[in-house]
Amino acid sequence: MKTVRWLGVGIGVLVPAMAMASTLETVQERDSVRCGVNAAQPGFSSLDDDDQYRGLDTDVCRAIAAAALGDATKVDFVPLDSVERFTALQSGEVDVLSRTTTWTSSRDTTMGMNFTGVSYYDGQAFMVASDLGVQSAKELDGAAVCTQSGTTSELNLSDYFRINGMTYDAVVFDAPEQSIAGFEAGRCDVLSSDASQLYAQRMQLADPDMAVVLPEIISKEPLGPAVRQNDDQWFNLVKWSLFAMLNAEELGITQANVDEQLNSENPDVMRLLGQDGDFGEPMGINTDWAYQIIKQVGNYADIFDKNVGADSDFKIARGLNALWKDGGIQYAPPIR
Amino acid sequence: MSVSPNTRPAGHKPPFWRDRAKRALIFQLLLVAAVAAFLLYIVGNVQDNLSARGITTGFGFLGNTAGFGIVQSLIDYSSQSTYGRTFLVGLLNTLLVGGLGVLAATIIGFIVGIARLSPNWLLARLATAYIETFRNIPLLLQIFFWYFAVLRTLPSARDSLAFGEALFLNVRGLYLPQPLFESGFGLIPLTFLVAIVASIALVIWNKRRHEATGKRLPAYWISFLLIFGLPLLVLVATGVPVTWEMPELRGFNFRGGITVIPEFLALWLALSIYTASFIAEIVRSGIQAISHGQTEAAQALSLPRNLVLRLVVIPQALRVIIPPLTSQYLNLIKNSSLATAIGYPDLVSVFAGTTLNQTGQAIEVIAMTMAVYLTISLLVSMFMNWFNARVALVER
Repeated sequence: MKTVRWLGVGIGVLVPAMAMASTLETVQERDSVRCGVNAAQPGFSSLDDDDQYRGLDTDVCRAIAAAALGDATKVDFVPLDSVERFTALQSGEVDVLSRTTTWTSSRDTTMGMNFTGVSYYDGQAFMVASDLGVQSAKELDGAAVCTQSGTTSELNLSDYFRINGMTYDAVVFDAPEQSIAGFEAGRCDVLSSDASQLYAQRMQLADPDMAVVLPEIISKEPLGPAVRQNDDQWFNLVKWSLFAMLNAEELGITQANVDEQLNSENPDVMRLLGQDGDFGEPMGINTDWAYQIIKQVGNYADIFDKNVGADSDFKIARGLNALWKDGGIQYAPPIR
Repeated sequence: MSVSPNTRPAGHKPPFWRDRAKRALIFQLLLVAAVAAFLLYIVGNVQDNLSARGITTGFGFLGNTAGFGIVQSLIDYSSQSTYGRTFLVGLLNTLLVGGLGVLAATIIGFIVGIARLSPNWLLARLATAYIETFRNIPLLLQIFFWYFAVLRTLPSARDSLAFGEALFLNVRGLYLPQPLFESGFGLIPLTFLVAIVASIALVIWNKRRHEATGKRLPAYWISFLLIFGLPLLVLVATGVPVTWEMPELRGFNFRGGITVIPEFLALWLALSIYTASFIAEIVRSGIQAISHGQTEAAQALSLPRNLVLRLVVIPQALRVIIPPLTSQYLNLIKNSSLATAIGYPDLVSVFAGTTLNQTGQAIEVIAMTMAVYLTISLLVSMFMNWFNARVALVER
């Protein structure tokens, strides 16, 4: 698998720089958005019983397809592991990476990619076996810690243990399935990853009560979609697809009531739904782009509740991911 | 050679394109130029594209702090070390599993190969079963088998299998006592060296004496005693200046002593057992390639059986064995890159995996990794070719 991605880079760099079409043109020509996602992370991206990808990250992909092509189903999901993901984006194998990827300065500046926003504010946490009787992450001196290769978790972990004067053994796997298997078999005492992922992985254990997630959150993990650098048109489209969902929630436009809202007299609603002015044309897409997102995918609250929140198995509270006016930090610039 | 220039009248030089040697030279120059131009184009194109996409290039990243932990390291490594250091750690881990794998595969392979020719029915059939089983199952599956099926069934750290108070085996690995050398221990390796030199001298002297007088000492037994007995004697005489650091269960895991991680054990076992099945077949074919007449002729000279093997069969069998054995060694070293599947921190896992991903510099990292495997393989090839030339049949 990995070799294939590297080959991708090899071929990618053989293509002369001049011949690169804009991502939007490529997407419209192909009539689908290629979206890099997790292979199996329940809540964010995993296959359901009908072999369809479901999750917050995949709904972000669907919103982009709804905006760019007017049809949320026109997404080719490309499952990527944490090591392959950046190469796949750099080489053009995917148009957008929506794979619980943390926005950091080095990824933004040295890897030829740009993050377009934050679809989920997360933080790194620890999960331990209940029978160890550990109450706090400060008691983990000398523990063996399973984590995933090439993630920010791997780096935060080393910082956290060093700052607290503790030692640890890093047991590093390529895929989350492997690290959870390692944890279950007792190869490591602790599984460390983003809190949202740990809650999902805990549900996957044969007996979820065998493990507890410790209260400490040791890092900031703003997760969001990323695109290749130097294609501002596509960058704008992906960025505003997410903002449109946040603005829709703020304005009370939901998947259920979006058709009624078309008759709204509220100028903010009229601008978002394309009833007043044309905010799609400058991005190279239809006037009703935001309407299509909300109608076919939903607003941010819709996709949050359905995938990870109140209506899902995970029951994750909105917390930081609530809108700014509800005590969270999700905030989208206005459409005008 | 009817168009040879020599047959032409003097002073009538043909144009250069009619001269075969010059023509060949020109074509070769053109080919070299074309290859060079192609390489230049590729390098230039890569640079253009990387800068167009805003991807950092160059090897400057090797000096940056890595910031991640590695579970097994033969040299000092902490998360404060550089990416360059992760390269070394990965390289040494690859060499460790490759070297020990080659050693174990050779030993198992020779034993099984000879056993397959044994007149003992059960032994020969067991060897055949071994070869046919391990040769025909994909290596990756065997690695998973050893890792998940065998090592994962071991008990947790708190219920370790203990062998005395020194050796512990659990799902986290094998814990051994570590020798700590005190001052005065330096004498022992020194004695060891002296004993080796003395043994070599003894063997050479014995050989000359045997050729001159026909008398011989049991030189190999004496050497064995020298090499192992002398250092032992010094060890006792100096009052055993070694203390052992015992592994101890502290907190979550055993601390102290030497830890052999299960990822290493699984990979080493799988590589050795898999490659040994091929080596066994090579050894068998090498021995069978020596015609039985040779053995009979040697026996007719009333040579004892061990000398028949040592002087007649093995030297000739080695000629057949060495070249394919080299390929197996190279295969084993290259196959060790499957380590990444179970998280053993080899070069591919640590450097071409984590480091590549944290820095995003795919081209530099992959180029360095490929260069390492190429260099290791070429060195092994060179050594084996030299060895092959030494054992090759010298016809007089």
